[in-house]
Amino acid sequence: MSILSVRDLEVTYTTQAGPLPAVRGVSFDIETGEVLGLAGESGCGKSTVVNAILRLLPAGTVVTGEVLLNGEDVLTMKAGRMRAVRWTAASVVFQGAMHALNPVQRIGDQLAEAIVLHRLSGEKEALVRVGDLLEKVGLPARRLKDYPHELSGGQKQRVMIAMAMACSPQLIIADEPTTALDVMVQAQVLKLLNDLQHELGLAMLFITHDLSVLVEVCDRLAIMYAGKIVEEGPSVPVFEQPAHPYTRALASAFPTIGDQRFRRSPSGLGGDPPQPDSVPSGCSFHPRCPLAFDACPTTLPDLYDAGELRRAACLLVAEEARTPVAP
Amino acid sequence: MTGQPEADGAPVLEVRDLHVTFAGRVGLGAGLAGRKASQAHAVDGVRLELHRGEVLALAGESGCGKTTLARTIMGLERPTAGEIRFEGEPLGKSTKLLREYRRRVQIVFQDPTAALNPRQTVYESIAEGLRIHGIASRDGMSEEQLVARALAHSGLRPPERFFLVYPHELSGGQRQRVVIAGALVLEPEIIVADEPVSSLDASVRGEILKLLLGLRDDFGIAMLVVTHDLGLAWTIADRVAVMYLGRIVEIGPAEDVLTRPMHPYTQALLQVVPEAGGLSRPYLTGEPPDPTRIPEGCRFHPRCPEVASGSAAAAGVEDRCRGEDLGLVELRPGHFAACHLAAARHDALPVSGS
Repeated sequence: MSILSVRDLEVTYTTQAGPLPAVRGVSFDIETGEVLGLAGESGCGKSTVVNAILRLLPAGTVVTGEVLLNGEDVLTMKAGRMRAVRWTAASVVFQGAMHALNPVQRIGDQLAEAIVLHRLSGEKEALVRVGDLLEKVGLPARRLKDYPHELSGGQKQRVMIAMAMACSPQLIIADEPTTALDVMVQAQVLKLLNDLQHELGLAMLFITHDLSVLVEVCDRLAIMYAGKIVEEGPSVPVFEQPAHPYTRALASAFPTIGDQRFRRSPSGLGGDPPQPDSVPSGCSFHPRCPLAFDACPTTLPDLYDAGELRRAACLLVAEEARTPVAP
Repeated sequence: MTGQPEADGAPVLEVRDLHVTFAGRVGLGAGLAGRKASQAHAVDGVRLELHRGEVLALAGESGCGKTTLARTIMGLERPTAGEIRFEGEPLGKSTKLLREYRRRVQIVFQDPTAALNPRQTVYESIAEGLRIHGIASRDGMSEEQLVARALAHSGLRPPERFFLVYPHELSGGQRQRVVIAGALVLEPEIIVADEPVSSLDASVRGEILKLLLGLRDDFGIAMLVVTHDLGLAWTIADRVAVMYLGRIVEIGPAEDVLTRPMHPYTQALLQVVPEAGGLSRPYLTGEPPDPTRIPEGCRFHPRCPEVASGSAAAAGVEDRCRGEDLGLVELRPGHFAACHLAAARHDALPVSGS
């Protein structure tokens, strides 16, 4: 059984201007010990998916579908059960570590709070566990007496990772965990997350717009555009031979140094990612797609088979599957 | 314009032995006890030339001084020592010259949302620069025509459609185009771009980079692109300069620096560019060191993997790494590095070709 199974998730925000569909039917699974990367640009709905999994959406938001965490539907849980599940079954490492910590509380106390609140141990034992956690993320245990301002950005992000692990969850959701960090520190944090994931056999949902980061840490990738998954599959093939034109454009924004194809020839897409209130008809990518043809504005593409374990929501992929490819 | 810098022409901008020092802070108690504030050497002896129509990428970790260097070039910080020459003339303290210089050197900031006044229309934002510099018309064109031309050159067409639009009605990419139009309307010789695409959506970045390269090709504008992203440098730069603790430690043609780096710091930066299977790579431990305490000798030696692994000792240069500060040495044509080990290895090799 999958740790996390999301089925036909639809999230519609209620705004003064009317309903705003941010996620329009998303399904995916994460198995034990697997890392899934969810990629997409601003407004594509990836952060809404995260918030739906942990039910952190504002009141009045319409959520349909299923979010099964260890087989239990998060969307129908009672509030008390939900509180118990957060942190112990699934936890989040948010971006912007510098703003997530309470500046006037020692980091040890902040870490212990989660453990004590979930009645996993008393305060004294919690502090011992916090010391262990800090060592695990590469900080000396004595740093638990520090205040956040005494730590650098990378160290704060390590504390956030320790916090996410405080109640030994099986699933960690990392929402842009390295976006605000410097390149060298980013490499350290990615390595740490990867080491912990392997060591503890954690499942991870990794979210960022940076495909080059995802291909480094993830087993599988799912690419979102305008509230839907448009391509999914094993990360290296998806990154290196994208099947969907959008993935191709996204991947080329992260050039390989030394590859002459990228030298002095930046490539990008015209236009901008659509806003949730004005999603184009048919294939929502068609106004920006360099390969769009007459059927694209009217036909809504499914996720079609696009090679081994791969699927892509593009009519061209469907065509290709129908016509046998010459060897 | 072929895109290659005019190597023998005089540089449009010259930075000579530039130092920028900031005073640190002292606590009240320490101050009363007579302790002096330590000084942060943000820029600590930089020499740099920028040629007409050249794109120079300035790369390094945060805190390496690259933004301070760019701000000082813009005239937003005052150098502690050294000088900046524009078309051969030193930038004096004369406000008149400085004002003219500020027209001809324009900056494009990282975040267009922060750079644009939310209560100003696109037209007002762009015309503001013209008004500040007292340009009512130029080339027989009125203010309105100049604004329209700058918008069109920045890819916002038809320009009239954008005149009365407010920044919040635009996408991130369009906002950055407005910022670029605001720079372009003053017909600058140089554009300093501080992380010009890092706050933009990935699929939009390519178009903005295309626009910047087009401005270089069409108008011969020189560009100093400040970035931590070496992939970006590979995409657009003619030359790359790598900064560490206030100094340029390696500079040269982009292809040479990025595919055959000589300084261990550049090598380390290239190793951390994310890629498939990259997690097993080595990376530097620790955070960038403190500009208030610059190490003796080569400033990189406490983090240098060549020193740690003993390679420097084996080559007989370790003592110099620890004790002797060195400047940039030309090791390949136009390619300079400040590294004892690279210099020693280079001397050991027969000089080939030119």
